[in-house]
Amino acid sequence: MSEPREITYAQAVREALRQAMQRDPQVFLLGEDIGVYGGAFGVTDGLLDEFGSERVRDTPLSEAVIAGTAIGAAVTGMRPVAEIQFMDFITLAMEQLVLQAAKMRYMFGGKARVPMVLRTPAGSGTGAAAQHSESLEAWFVHVPGLKVVMPSTPYDAKGLLLAAIADDNPVIFIEHKLLYKTKGFVPEEYYTLPLATSEIKRKGKDLTLIATSVLVARALEAATQLAQEGIEIEIIDPRTLKPLDTAAMIQSVCKTGKALVVHEAPMTGGFGGEIVAQLCASEAFDFLDAPIRRLAGLDVPIPYNRELEKRAVPQVADIVREARALVRGEY
Amino acid sequence: MREKIPPLETLHQMYYYMALSRAIDTRLWQLGRQGKAHFVITPAGHEAAQVGAAMALRQGYDYFVPYYRDMTMCLAAGMTARDMLLHVRGAPEDPSSGGRQMFGHFSRRDLNIVSGSSSVGSQMLHAVGLALAFRNRGEDRVTLTGFGEGATSEGDWHEAMNFAAIHQLRVIFFCENNGYAISVPAHLEIGRVGVADKAAAYGMPGIRVDGNDILAVYETVSAAHAQTRAGGGPILIEAMTYRLLPHSNADDDSKYRASEEVQAARARDPITQFSTWLKDQQLMSDAEQQTMDARITQEVDAATEYAYSRPEPTEELLYQHVYAPGRTA
Repeated sequence: MSEPREITYAQAVREALRQAMQRDPQVFLLGEDIGVYGGAFGVTDGLLDEFGSERVRDTPLSEAVIAGTAIGAAVTGMRPVAEIQFMDFITLAMEQLVLQAAKMRYMFGGKARVPMVLRTPAGSGTGAAAQHSESLEAWFVHVPGLKVVMPSTPYDAKGLLLAAIADDNPVIFIEHKLLYKTKGFVPEEYYTLPLATSEIKRKGKDLTLIATSVLVARALEAATQLAQEGIEIEIIDPRTLKPLDTAAMIQSVCKTGKALVVHEAPMTGGFGGEIVAQLCASEAFDFLDAPIRRLAGLDVPIPYNRELEKRAVPQVADIVREARALVRGEY
Repeated sequence: MREKIPPLETLHQMYYYMALSRAIDTRLWQLGRQGKAHFVITPAGHEAAQVGAAMALRQGYDYFVPYYRDMTMCLAAGMTARDMLLHVRGAPEDPSSGGRQMFGHFSRRDLNIVSGSSSVGSQMLHAVGLALAFRNRGEDRVTLTGFGEGATSEGDWHEAMNFAAIHQLRVIFFCENNGYAISVPAHLEIGRVGVADKAAAYGMPGIRVDGNDILAVYETVSAAHAQTRAGGGPILIEAMTYRLLPHSNADDDSKYRASEEVQAARARDPITQFSTWLKDQQLMSDAEQQTMDARITQEVDAATEYAYSRPEPTEELLYQHVYAPGRTA
């Protein structure tokens, strides 16, 4: 392995797309404004020049076209990587993803494969209000046949995207707008990370904190602050929500006896509930010396005002407060 | 020469709304650069099309279901500079969303302006639903829905057109074709025929009009209004126009449009074209124009000062209006 360089999350995603396209002529991209424009967040910048318009295809404003034609191409053996410009607009592709992509292999009696990836940026924090800020991952986790990936670092983004493209199943790959400019060390060469391994992002003994996407970064910041008070939290990032690797989190809770689950999506029906259920149904239950707590988005649409937008989803200070209370037994 | 020229008062109103819109838009971009408005989306270049359309309807009776570029249409339908500045400011008094939605989702209940969607095209189905309700209730209200040509790639557009045509509803589908869906040019988004041509497939009239010519748009939409109101079914109008500025303040249009193309469009700026014509025809004097321009400056300044002196919304706003109070099942 060469020495990893520090690059952004957006660059890591782009590098994964480029390397997948270089290795496999079956890989192609389609989406709105991904060509000349380079994507609404610049992720596909330069790929049109490198690979041409047959492999980097700008589509009309039609999410059904993006998802549905990706499925059609995928069953022929191609490996489309589709982009939905904002996760909110995945609502317009739901039928194709939920009724078609997810079930096609099953309903065809195993005769078909749907090796497609659908990339999409989720999340709030850009002042774009209720129809540009959704975090809808829980919907997809609920659908048998789909895999769901939600990377929190540039390293994970590259390795997991390459694994998703190589996978023979439809994968919903959820990026986060606020992570695109964050930096991390990433090897230059092609590598994949398995689609079912969580990672311990920080070691600690007092509390197990399970977080996804941008909340992993906020949890790490909170952990640094809490360490100054002598509170050591262990942070686990599932990285793939489906399939979900629960081994590390169960083991961690057996050690710490306390668990806090943190995500941006609204609490009710959020993915955190699944994690809590898995922990409660595991050997970790006997080791719990406090209720498992969740810290998640409010059950409201994301508002336009920047300050209120921040209040609608967990921030560093909220994590510090919740974690401290849980460790001190003040819940 | 035109055969029918609207009354002088109407012509001056047309100029006023177009110039007011441009002045507000200019202010919004300034506020954007100053970091005081984090999202700005422009109607610049579309003013003639939008004013011509809005003024052909009966204000306060007919319904508008605009899209995010229809600020000028909403002004001509009765919204004010203050409404727009409160909206971009995200103030609790914002009549469009009470400070909840990003700029470009215009709405005022008393003016029958229904907030559009961020997801492109969804509002056209709502427009058809409004028209269905009006018909069921025996009202002859006409619903006009605005959208860009980009929206016609969405299934929602075809489904709205189909349903409106089946039931011969009083809907005017008003397409503002500016040639780009953000960066994607028309030939890659709407295919080899124009938007108006597609009306034939639904058995409704499809009319293409020069969206830079306010009087042509006004005449076309007025005639369409009379026809659909009389029970002639829905009508599709495609106003050919051009977006003079980037899609929004998050866009860099130099990536996908040649500056020569933009410059050529600026030379055909619909507002300048109209004011020049008015003066050539001696329908507006320099003094009259200056009076209107001065009034506009004053209105935009006052609106800005007002909107930016309003308090920030409180946390209460977060929880209000998620559900309607009152009757529950």
